[in-house]
Order: sequence, then C-alpha cells, then structure tokens
Amino acid sequence: MLGIIRQKLGAGSSSATMLGQLQRIRPAASALRSFSSSAKEQMTVRDALNSALDEEMSADPKVFLMGEEVGEYQGAYKITKGLLDKYGPERVLDTPITEAGFTGIGVGAAYYGLKPVVEFMTFNFSMQAIDHIINSAAKSNYMSAGQINVPIVFRGPNGAAAGVGAQHSQCYAAWFAAVPGLKVLAPYSSEDARGLLKAAIRDPDPVVFLENELLYGESFPVSAEVFDSSFCLPIGKAKIEREGKDITITAFSKMVGYALQAAEILAKEGINAEVINLRSIRPLDRATINTSVRKTNRLITVEEGFPQHGVGAEICASVVEESFGYLDAPVERVAGADVPMPYAANLERLAVPQIEDIVRAAKRACYRSVPLAASA
Amino acid sequence: MSFSAATTQPLRLNTTAGAAARSNDKVPSSLLMSKTPSFLGSTRKLRPGCVAAKPNAQRRSAVVSVSEAVKEKKASASTNLLITREEGLELYEDMVLGRAFEDMCAQMYYRGKMFGFVHLYNGQEAVSTGFIKLTKQEDTVVSTYRDHVHSLSKGVPAREVMSELFGKATGCCRGQGGSMHMFSKAHNLIGGFAFIGEGIPVATGAAFSSKYRREVLKQADCDHVTLAFFGDGTANNGQFFECLNMAALWKLPIVFVVENNLWAIGMSHLRATSDPEIWKKGPAFGMPGVHVDGMDVLKVREVAKEAIGRARRGEGPTLVECETYRFRGHSLADPDELRDPAEKAHYAARDPITALKKYIFEHNLASEQELKAIDKKIDEVLEDAVEFADESPLPPRSQLLENVFADPKGFGIGPDGRYRCEDPKFTQGTAKV
Repeated sequence: MLGIIRQKLGAGSSSATMLGQLQRIRPAASALRSFSSSAKEQMTVRDALNSALDEEMSADPKVFLMGEEVGEYQGAYKITKGLLDKYGPERVLDTPITEAGFTGIGVGAAYYGLKPVVEFMTFNFSMQAIDHIINSAAKSNYMSAGQINVPIVFRGPNGAAAGVGAQHSQCYAAWFAAVPGLKVLAPYSSEDARGLLKAAIRDPDPVVFLENELLYGESFPVSAEVFDSSFCLPIGKAKIEREGKDITITAFSKMVGYALQAAEILAKEGINAEVINLRSIRPLDRATINTSVRKTNRLITVEEGFPQHGVGAEICASVVEESFGYLDAPVERVAGADVPMPYAANLERLAVPQIEDIVRAAKRACYRSVPLAASA
Repeated sequence: MSFSAATTQPLRLNTTAGAAARSNDKVPSSLLMSKTPSFLGSTRKLRPGCVAAKPNAQRRSAVVSVSEAVKEKKASASTNLLITREEGLELYEDMVLGRAFEDMCAQMYYRGKMFGFVHLYNGQEAVSTGFIKLTKQEDTVVSTYRDHVHSLSKGVPAREVMSELFGKATGCCRGQGGSMHMFSKAHNLIGGFAFIGEGIPVATGAAFSSKYRREVLKQADCDHVTLAFFGDGTANNGQFFECLNMAALWKLPIVFVVENNLWAIGMSHLRATSDPEIWKKGPAFGMPGVHVDGMDVLKVREVAKEAIGRARRGEGPTLVECETYRFRGHSLADPDELRDPAEKAHYAARDPITALKKYIFEHNLASEQELKAIDKKIDEVLEDAVEFADESPLPPRSQLLENVFADPKGFGIGPDGRYRCEDPKFTQGTAKV
C-alpha cells in the first residue's frame, strides 16, 4: 500500500514531506488502495462517503462538518472517521444535541457562502430541525429573489433500520421531495455515495442526502474512474442498473439491491426486468423512467416509505401523464406498510418491502400471477 | 409593569463586561482544567486548543443595568452629552422614518395596496435605531416578521421596502418575499423570518461564518457582527436557549436583542414566562445579560455600543433585553382587545421619538425647525416611495418559476460559472469537475 501511495504522489518530494502527505491522505487511503489491482475493486459505502467528505474538505476550505458525534467520536456510524484529526475542531464541529439550533446555524453559515455538511445522526432527528430545512434553507433563494442561495448538505442515515421501532425507522424521501427548493438524493452503491455526495457538496443549493445505515458496511465493485478526486455524479439523473425489456422496476437506496435480486429471480422465470436506480428523488429523472416504461410497457415502483403520497405515487402519476398509452398493465406500487414501524422482528419484516413482494408484483404485472393461495 | 432591574446590578456596563472577561481569563485555567475530569465522574480531559475549552473559563459574566451605565457615562464623559448633534439628527431621522413608514403602511393596507399579515413597529423605534445605526454595512441583521423598520435602519431604501409590500417587481425581493420576508444581500439583511425563533439559529450561523472566515479562512479583517432581533414570546422558545448555549460555547460575535414589548399577540409576557426578566438568561449561559429601557434610544445606544464592541473584539455574545411597547396591535388584523388602555397610555406617554426630541432641545443640539425639516424630508421620501411602488410593474408571469434554485437545472455550476448540465460528459458522470 505504501508503494502505491508513493507512486500516486509522484517522485520528487522529500521523505519528510512525504510523511506529512501520507498522514494527510490517510482517511482516503482505502480508496487509494483499491486502485492497486484490477479496475473493479471493492469499496464500502462507508469508505465512499468518508473519502468524498475528505476530498471535498481538502479541496475547499469553506466546507465544514457539523453534527452530533461527528468529531471525537468519529461519527455515530463512523462516516466522519479521521476527519477531526485531519481538519481540526474548527472544521469538524461536535455540536450539542440541538438539531433545530445547529441546523439553523448551518443554514445561516451557508447564507454567507460557507458550505456546511450537517450530519443528522439519523434522519429521524431531522424532524427536530425540519423548520430550518424547509423554511430557512429551501425557501430562501426564492424569497430573496436569488440574492441568497444556500449551499448546504443535510446528510445521515434514512429509512428502516433494524429493531429500533417506529420513531427511529422511517423513510423521509417523499417528505423532503415534496418541497420546492430542496434537492433530494438517495445513493445505493459506493459509486452513488461517492459521486453524489461530492456533487451535493459542490451544489449551490440545499441538498438532502439520504443514506442507509444497513448499506454502510456493504461493499460494491467500483471502477477506477470512481477513485478519481474529480469523480462526481449528476444530480437529477437516474441510473439503469440492469437493462431489461419486460418490466421496469424503479427503486432507490437499499431497495435497489432488492430490486436487482428480484430481477435475478424473475430472469429465471423468463421475465427480463429493467431496474432503475433513481439516485435523485428531486429532481426526479422522469425522462429515464418514461423512456424505460415506453420500452417495457409495465412498471413497478419500490420504496420503503409509506405508500400514500409516496415516491411511487409521484412516479406513477408521471407515467400516467406522459406514457399512459404505453402501459399494458396497471402500475404496481411496492411500499412500506401504512403503519408506524412495529418492533417485533416478524412484524417489522412484514412492514417493509421484501424481495418476494417485488417478484410477486412483477408477475402480476406480467399476468403470470401465482395462485392467490400462494401469494398470501 | 416595570421590572426590578435595580435588584441585581453589581457591575457597570462600560467597564465591566470587558473587564470581567479579561479578569476571568486570568483565572488559572489549570484550575478549571484540573477540576474538569472529576465532573460528574467523567475522566475526559478537555482537548487543549479545542474551541470548547476557552468559554468554560468565562462561566461567570457580567450582569449589568443600563441606567448604571448611562450614569457612569454621564459622570465620566468630558461633556454631559451622550450624542453629538450629527448623531442626534441621524437617530431622529431614522426613528421618524420608521414611524412614518409604518403609518403609511397602515394607510396603504386599509386601501388594499398591501395584503396578508402586516406587523407594524410603531413604538419600538428606539431599539432598531439604537442598535442598527451603530452597525457597519458588513454587519448582519436578522429580523422577524416585524421587519420593515429593521430593513430601513439597515439602509434598504424605503422605495424598495414599500414596493416589496405592494408585491411589485421593484421590491427588494421582487415581490417574492413580502412583508415578513425582507432580504437585502447588499445591506446584509438576511431575513425576515416569520416563525418564532427561526431567525435565531440562522443569525447564530451568520455569526459563526464571521468567526470561521477569520479563523479558518484567515480573513483577518473579518470582524463582522450579527444582530438577532426577536420578541419576548420567542424568549420562551427552545431555539433561543439552544443558540444562547452555542453562541457562548463558541464565543460567536452576536448580540441577541430581545424586543420585549410585553405582549406575544394576546399573551401577556407575565402570563407566559416563569421569570419575566429575560436578560437573566444571559448569565445562565455564560454571557452578559443587560436590561435596558427600550423606549429611550440613547440608553439603547449605549448598551448597543458596548455589546457590539464586545462582539467585534471577539469577546463573545451578549443578551440585551429592551423593554419596549408596540403602539399598534400585533398585526393590522389584530383587534387588540386584551391590552389595558391604561397600559397603552402609560407607554404612549413615553414615546421614544418625543423623548429624543426633548433631549435634543434640552441640550440645544438642534432647533425645532431643523427637526421639522427632517419630518418634511421623510414625508417626501414616503410619498416618493408610495408613488414608486404604485407605479412599479407587477412581477411578470415568467418570474413565478424563477429562483427556486440557484442552479435550476440541478447539475451544479462549474468553476467557469456555467451550468454543468451543459457539459455532456457531466450527465454521463465522466466530466472532470
């Protein structure tokens, strides 16, 4: 690993500066390591987020982190690991437990051109601060007629966690995506996490960045391009994760993985599903979704959140408005159950979409419905 | 109805706040540090140089009363005057502008020229003028829904504020903000926040950005101060306490200005607040708390000078409670039935503009004619503002969808200032950015 770093930094620097640089790039070291062998190396979502934060902080001194336990504790989920040591307490701020207060402080700093990255330990706590996300951040550019833009990122884990009950387990994608003035991103893979977070930090508007705690430790293959410090993904563009011709499945965050697994199962039964990773909930890539539906003529939307007024509902409306004539079957929405999250493990499993739910919905949409008894 | 501010005033304003901070600095920090590990059984040591370490050394802070401060000033000053002639005229003009502007708003509201919620500032002018006229252009003002006069004091032209209220394209926010949401980046007026307490964290963030620019971005000359205005009702809101804590913890250059007009719509301050002396909450968080007569612009100004100076010198935040009164209802839609006529009369007799006039005459700073000339000038300014607003065009239909994002295409703006979406490589995720 040392050799690789040395190579990357190039010859000519003395060993003393070398050492300094070596320490400076430490948090991103895992990213660099992956450069070493084949083009498709593995990277965890956690490393992807950490290296994105590290690189953007190093590139722009206006970028700073604030939130609960982001500093000395190294992040409740270790996303900010190593950053305090590298950038100091002025740029990695441990805040008191005051979401409304520190979120508003972040927004006020962003009014003056700083680029705060505000971490919510989980997005459930963003409810304490939603006034600032919506009223102070999202609306200011409009209310001030473009005088004051708000380059801030609100990030943290979102969606159903495991065994933590109703208050700590819900998806806020549809909530924030309902608000003009916010950009809402939901990465799935390491490539998504790294590329979208870097884009979010550079973006001049408020971005809500919805991670998933259960994905942090997951490794994904990434191409060499992803390791480049200039790698950035466009906001507002979906990614077709798997091409297919029989049915379109849209999903975001953890549900992309489920959709891909469902597609594998469906392929064995002769149904060739196209899986769209939305990446950006707002702006929503209506073009990619509609193009896909016009090809497959069938649509399933998958999300962990509540079904009513959900992301799936919006996608469904978009397809009905723009591609109604192309639909060969009713749209199926696979969503979380319309209940607060139960604690008991068996009920919790029933409350969030499972792979078999997606498979079943796909079969229904393709008129290959299994008998009712089997689907119950 | 008056507060017993005199009960707890061990320290005098002009000398104490700074001196207390300095003397506390001399408290051996090792003493505090050595005590810390045993605190509640914690073995954690404070990081040397950590931002949190220093404010702890300042736990005790000055509590001061303005009347003492003014007395002190009077005694020590070479003249007996609190202001020069020029300052007196500037203050007078600003207060008259604020008063006349709001009276004009009421007229225009009843004529249907403006709409929605319109909250007028009449009676409280001494606070806006006393504080904001001491700020520099670069200093920040964060206001509430009662923000017209703060905007005017900060220098936003009356034309632009009036036009905004008329919902016209020439308004300071092109008609997109409205009465409760005044912004002017050029004047560092960053809102107009319509929710109780919402402006306080944003103001604290603005103050944070001054400190960040000085300490992290190494802009050594950034000594900008933020003034956060809010009312007595807000002082019961959690965000107030959250930000007192963080502002003191991080020693931010901010002044929290409570405009205690004794009423939160129809809720009496005394009926809503366990301890009605709001200024006492400053020392509880490690910053000076000051109580001042908010109907006396000269007293407000003395306190403001000290508080703003403290912030500018990097000595941290101050909480100032200005006891004032609004001469009109909460908004123009408020029938104002709960306030006792005797109470209203009591404060009407203490009109801050009349008081300043009296001071000016008593000290021969200006003649009645000179003040009348100012009144006349303001009348003309307002006539012009109304005419301007009235004749200005409505925002065009095309404006509706503008300004939702700084970057409406959602792909970010590149270093060349162009939308990144225009680079085809960017949509493929392969652009070098």
